Amino acid sequence: MTQKVRQDSFAFLRVLATWRLNKIFMADISSNFLGIKSPNPYWLASAPPTDKKYNVLRAFEAGWGGVVWKTLGSQVKNVSSRYSAVDFGGQRVMGFNNIELISDRPLDINLKEIAECVKLFPDRAMIVSLMADNDKKSWHDLIKKVEDTGAHGLELNFGCPHGMTERGMGAAVGQDPEIACMVVEWVMEAATLPVITKLTPNVHSVVPTGRSVVKAGTNALSLINTIQSVTGIDLDTLVPNPYVAGKSVFGGYCGPAVKPIALKFLTTIAQDELTKNVPISGIGGISTWKDAVEFMLLGASNVQVCTAAMKHGFRIVEDMCEGLNNWMDEKGFATLNDFIGKSVDTITHWEDLDINYHHIAKINQDKCIHCGLCYIACEDTSHQSINSEYGMPYNKYTIKDSACVGCNLCQLVCPVDDCITMEEHRVAPEYVNWIEWQKRGLPLNDH
Amino acid sequence: MAITNNKLSQEQYEQNFADIHPPYESITAAKVDANRCLFCYDAPCMKSCPTSIDVPKFIKQIATENIKGSAKTILSSNIMGAGCSKVCPVEKLCEGACVYNLLEEEPIPIAKLQRYSTEQAMKNNWKLFERKNSPSGVRGKVAIVGAGPAGLSCAHSLSKEGVDVTIYEKESKGGGLMTYGIAAYKVTPQFCEDEVNYILSIGGIEVNYNQELGKDISLAELKKNYDAVYLGIGVGVARQLEIPGEKLDGVADAISFIYDLRSKGYSSIPVGDKVAVIGMGMTAIDAATQAKRLGAKEVTMVYRRTEAEKPCTQHELDIAMLDGCEIIWLATPKKLKGSQGKVKQLVCSKMKLGEPDASGRRSPVDTGETFTLDVDMVIKAAGQVPFEKLVKKYKLDNKNGKLTIDKNCATNIKGVFAGGDAVNGGKEVVDAVQAGKDGALAILKYLNLSQA
Repeated sequence: MTQKVRQDSFAFLRVLATWRLNKIFMADISSNFLGIKSPNPYWLASAPPTDKKYNVLRAFEAGWGGVVWKTLGSQVKNVSSRYSAVDFGGQRVMGFNNIELISDRPLDINLKEIAECVKLFPDRAMIVSLMADNDKKSWHDLIKKVEDTGAHGLELNFGCPHGMTERGMGAAVGQDPEIACMVVEWVMEAATLPVITKLTPNVHSVVPTGRSVVKAGTNALSLINTIQSVTGIDLDTLVPNPYVAGKSVFGGYCGPAVKPIALKFLTTIAQDELTKNVPISGIGGISTWKDAVEFMLLGASNVQVCTAAMKHGFRIVEDMCEGLNNWMDEKGFATLNDFIGKSVDTITHWEDLDINYHHIAKINQDKCIHCGLCYIACEDTSHQSINSEYGMPYNKYTIKDSACVGCNLCQLVCPVDDCITMEEHRVAPEYVNWIEWQKRGLPLNDH
Repeated sequence: MAITNNKLSQEQYEQNFADIHPPYESITAAKVDANRCLFCYDAPCMKSCPTSIDVPKFIKQIATENIKGSAKTILSSNIMGAGCSKVCPVEKLCEGACVYNLLEEEPIPIAKLQRYSTEQAMKNNWKLFERKNSPSGVRGKVAIVGAGPAGLSCAHSLSKEGVDVTIYEKESKGGGLMTYGIAAYKVTPQFCEDEVNYILSIGGIEVNYNQELGKDISLAELKKNYDAVYLGIGVGVARQLEIPGEKLDGVADAISFIYDLRSKGYSSIPVGDKVAVIGMGMTAIDAATQAKRLGAKEVTMVYRRTEAEKPCTQHELDIAMLDGCEIIWLATPKKLKGSQGKVKQLVCSKMKLGEPDASGRRSPVDTGETFTLDVDMVIKAAGQVPFEKLVKKYKLDNKNGKLTIDKNCATNIKGVFAGGDAVNGGKEVVDAVQAGKDGALAILKYLNLSQA
């Protein structure tokens, strides 16, 4: 009886969620990743939030499009504590770090719960993350069991940077293109569901492993996993965090701080001739709809989120959906495919940049609050291009046009939106890149 | 209707005189505000502080949990930084200049943050300053008259440089008007005592209390026994109204009223039921609000100009109005009427604004109309006048009793320096602290001890 009531209430919530999305917004934010459908492009990444049925049902009720169930496989034992964070400027958890291992729950319970979740929310994506012991049989056995749950896809965890690597798993696989290739080949022998291979960023480039696993037949890639880190040291105990009985270990770093690194790795995969042919699930510090849009513009077909949910709870997905929808409406994008990958080609080689492009900062005196931050940044650390005219108590700051190199620093440090703008002043109308510049023997050292 | 003490219960007194600006409860709370600070360069807040406290720096230091460093940043510029955090009219100084005002946002609560760091320093008795050692022993002996903000600031600056200082103070406690002239809900007597002790903890400063210049000690003596003398004697005498009835019982001056309240305890201070306060400066506000808080039923403030010309800050006026004080603008006392020697009525002239005077403010002109207030107590807070008699006795150059000094803080008598209210006629505590610093620098130069 209780189960029935629960099912009914979930069905009602589903209808409500769908109705709300369709009613208010014009754009269609539903996602299709390798044929795996979800009402929005937001999956929860394989991590503690997707550890068990209780969390996953709460996530689906909150509106998440899908989950990647926390990695199943080899038997592990976790320690305490497991997390640490980097705070910045009074805000908590700019970066987050963990030393937790893959699921430490019994496999059969996980499998049973996965099946139950799939049944209760058939419209949501259920991907299961896997990390078997390093032999073909272990992988095949695990895949068979997981496929029996009714899940929609598999994600191979080649990225976990701690605990498992010492046993030749996780990042140890992802860091070696040959081993990664071998494991993917084993997987593809057994798998009937779509396979996503998750890459580790603890390499100088993700492309070699990415190419290797695409050749081996993976259907998609996801990236990035966490980055090895030491988040900080307790200045009383002198032991880094997370603290485990007087010791610590390198953990996996994630959260807003890693987003720029993730975007870079994503771009290299989206631009590579081979790896760009498979769909990419973007991961790494995504906290808002804006972050998600940026990942998708650089080639991600959907995105996975963890840290932001761990900081604020599952409710963040509401604004992630609404913001995405509003932005798409505003820009005239009807579906996600209309903008996925649109910025990939805008990232080029330095040699291709137009040297004749030039812009100069301009300070809007009506908006200026006279904080002097632009001035001191430019004066101490840039090109001394801002003039300060003494005033009591407010100085007046103006740009010395001829000295400004257009570096943006002043605009970046200015606390007022749109107070400092960059105005285009081309040096010459013609596009000239560095190679051409050298060829023509044009002058250097203009500052 | 009567002037009596003990109008309220002890609990009510405590409630009425509790700290009007509660401090941060934790470093977390302080950091929330500290992190909001933009860390301006050539910061308007710092420029607007008479002692030039490096506000962005000390706030940044709170954000990084370097509270000791933060306290040192404040106290290096303003040794009374703790007291100033409670009594400064920050809305027209640092906080008034905060750039957030230009965004129509709340300014950074600079005073509250300053209070956080300085209170930690006092509570933990952090030793932030050391006296300069001289191989040849004592680097000079200076006498300071007055242990108020100017005198204490001068003494601390000199002591840091290794100079031995002796302060002569006519009251039994140090702190000057900080201790005796400011509303108790802003600074408690205990706080004032603690602050003086903390300043003196640097060593090298001896304070002789109950020693009044011109009575217990003479300028000639000081000149003879010390290398230099600094006069931080302040202003003291309340300006008289010069109207009939001023000698009636129940007519008090604000300075004495606040002094008694600070020195004797709330319950022993008699206060009327219907109190009129003459004036609209900070002291007038302090007198009016405290009369109300002592249990007066009605307090009416009478000021001869309009709200636009008021000398107090809006914040102060708000306190008075929130306390339920009535305000009558454009009125000046004309006559006090009494019966059996006790004041009963205040007759006021209605005024209107005429031409601007020397201060640039339009001066009030009598309209000829009058009105009468029933009162049983009148508190005069129409300003204070300098110790003119004393100053003239010693043939010190002055302007209506206000000491005249040159750019080196020197009076016309060689080796005698002066600063603070005694020179400026009565400004903020923070101005007196700066004057003390300037005086110390001048004295060091005079004694050939300055490094420059």
